[in-house]
Amino acid sequence: MRKSGIALLGLIALTAAAAWVLTAPAAPVPEARIAALTPDARHGEQVFLAGGCASCHLAPGATVEGPPILSGGQAFPSDFGTFIAPNISNDPVAGIGVWSARELANAMLHGVSPEGRHYYPAFPYASYARTSLRDVVDLRAYLATLPASSQPSGAHQLGFPFTLRRGIGIWKLLYLNPDWVVDGPLTPEETRGRYLVEGLGHCGECHTPRTPLGGMERSHWLGGAPSPDGKGRTPNLTPGQLKWSAPEIVEYLTTGFTPDYDTAGGHMAAVVANFAELPDADRAAVAAYLKKVPAVAPAPAVP
Amino acid sequence: MKALVIATLGLLPLAGSALAEEGPFASQVEARQGIMRYYAVNIGTLGAMAKGEAPYDAAAAKVAADALAGGASLDTSMLWPKGSDKDAHPGTAALPALWADGADVGGKAKQLRDAAAAMQAAAPAGLDQLRGAMKGVGDACAACHKDFRAES
Ligand code: HEC
Ligand code: HEC
Ligand code: HEC
Repeated sequence: MRKSGIALLGLIALTAAAAWVLTAPAAPVPEARIAALTPDARHGEQVFLAGGCASCHLAPGATVEGPPILSGGQAFPSDFGTFIAPNISNDPVAGIGVWSARELANAMLHGVSPEGRHYYPAFPYASYARTSLRDVVDLRAYLATLPASSQPSGAHQLGFPFTLRRGIGIWKLLYLNPDWVVDGPLTPEETRGRYLVEGLGHCGECHTPRTPLGGMERSHWLGGAPSPDGKGRTPNLTPGQLKWSAPEIVEYLTTGFTPDYDTAGGHMAAVVANFAELPDADRAAVAAYLKKVPAVAPAPAVP
Repeated sequence: MKALVIATLGLLPLAGSALAEEGPFASQVEARQGIMRYYAVNIGTLGAMAKGEAPYDAAAAKVAADALAGGASLDTSMLWPKGSDKDAHPGTAALPALWADGADVGGKAKQLRDAAAAMQAAAPAGLDQLRGAMKGVGDACAACHKDFRAES
C-alpha cells in the first residue's frame, strides 16, 4: 500500500506538466447521439439490475422492498482511502434528479462529472465504459422513476495525493480502456455475455487482480483476486479453474446454488440476486462467454 | 526455516479438524452441519432435474422435496446452544449474531419451511413447476447464511 502510494506520487510529479494538459476531463458524449434514442424505463430496470447499482448506492444495511432508495452512504475501503458512495436518488439537490441522460453517459462511460471533474474508479466506470448509449438512456429513464432521498452525500476519506482528482486523469490514461478484453470471433450469445460480464456486470472489478495503481490486469482477466476488504480471494472464473458446466453456472446465477448445493455467499450473493431477475437468455450468455475467456493459471499460494 | 513453515502449514488443517472434533459442542455442531448437508443432498436431486442433468422423475422429485420439507420442520433448537459460535469453536461457521437479541432466526427458518412447502407442491407437478420453485428455496438458504454464517 505504501509502495503504491509512493509510486503514484512519483508518477504524478514526473508527469505533472504534461499531465496537466493530458488529464483535463473531457465530456465527450455528443448530444445528438443521445437525442436520437427513445428512452425505455422498463428496459432501464434490467440495465440497473445487470449493473448492480443498488449494491453500492443503497444506504448501509438497507434491503430492497419495493423501489430502491439510492441514498448512498456505504463505505468502500481501498488501498487509497475510504470511498463513500454518493446519493444517486431522484432528489434534485442531494441526488441526481436534475441530471440529463448525457450527464449520466459522461459519468458511466468516461468517469466525468457534470462539472467536468474526474470520478474515482471506485465507481466502476472502467467496466461501465463498455455500456451502450441506448442502455444508458434507458437507465436514466428508470432512475427517474425511483424515490428521492434528501440525505446529503458523504465525503470520501482519502489521504494526499489521492485527494487530487486531477491525478485520476493519469489513471484513466493507463487503465480506462473500453476495448473488449476477449477479442475474436464470438457467437451472438457469447457477444451478449461479453457485454454483460466485461461491461454492466463489472465482474472483472472483483474477479480480476489489480496493478499497484489499482487498474485491472487485462492479462489476468477474471483470474481471481484478493478481496478489497482483505478477507480471502474471489475465485478464478477462467476455464480449467472454474470447473462448472454452463448449466451449473446458469443455475448459480438463477438460484444461488453451487454444484454441491451450497449457496453463493459474500458480495456474490447480491450479484446473483440481480442476475436472477434478468431474462434466462442473459444468464446463458454469461455462461457461454465464461467458457471463451483465456485460461489464467491459479495464483501462487502465499507462503 | 522454510521447510519448517511448510511443515507447520501442512499440519494446520489437521489441527483444525482435530479441534473441531474435540471442541465443547462437537456433536451439536456436527449434527447441525449434517442437517445442512441433508438439505443439500435433496436439493441436489431436484437441481439435477432442473438443470437437465437428470431426466425429470416425478416420484424421485417428490421423495426429495418431502425430505427437504421434513428436514426443515425438525426442531433443531438443541443443536444451537449459546456459545457454540465460531469465536468460541473452531469447527463452526455460525456467527455470534445468531444468538444476539432480536436475531430473527425463527423468521429465516420459517422462510425455508414455506419455500420447502412450495417445492413439495411443485416438484411432483412437473419440471417447469419444479424449476420455478428452486429460486424460492435458494433465496431462503441464502437469506439465513447472509446473516448468520461466516463467509468462507
Ligand atoms: C462498486 C460500487 C459502485 C457501483 C456498483 C456503482 N457505483 Fe456509482 N459510485 C460509486 C462511488 C464510490 C462513487 C463516487 C465516485 C467519486 O466521488 O469520484 C459513485 C458515483 C456515482 C455517480 C456520481 C454521483 C455524483 O453525485 O456526482 C453516479 C451518477 C453513479 N455513481 C451512478 C451509478 C450507476 C447508475 C450505477 C449502476 C450502473 C453505479 N453507480 C454503480 C460506487 C459504485
Ligand atoms: C462485488 C464483487 C463481485 C462481483 C461484482 C462479481 N463477483 Fe462473482 N464472486 C465474488 C465473490 C466474493 C465470490 C465467492 C462467493 C462465495 O464465497 O460464496 C464469487 C463467486 C463467483 C462464482 C463462483 C465460483 C466458484 O468457484 O465458487 C462465479 C461463477 C462468479 N462469482 C461469477 C461472477 C460473474 C459472472 C460476475 C458478473 C456478472 C461476478 N461474479 C461479479 C465477488 C464478485
Ligand atoms: C435458519 C438459518 C439457516 C437456513 C435456513 C439454512 N442454513 Fe445452511 N447454515 C446455517 C448456518 C448457521 C451454518 C453454519 C453451521 C456451522 O458451521 O455450525 C450453515 C451451514 C451450511 C452448510 C455447510 C455445512 C458444513 O458441513 O459445514 C451447507 C452446505 C448449508 N448450510 C446448506 C444449506 C442449504 C442448502 C439450505 C437451504 C435448504 C440452508 N443451508 C438453510 C444456517 C442456515
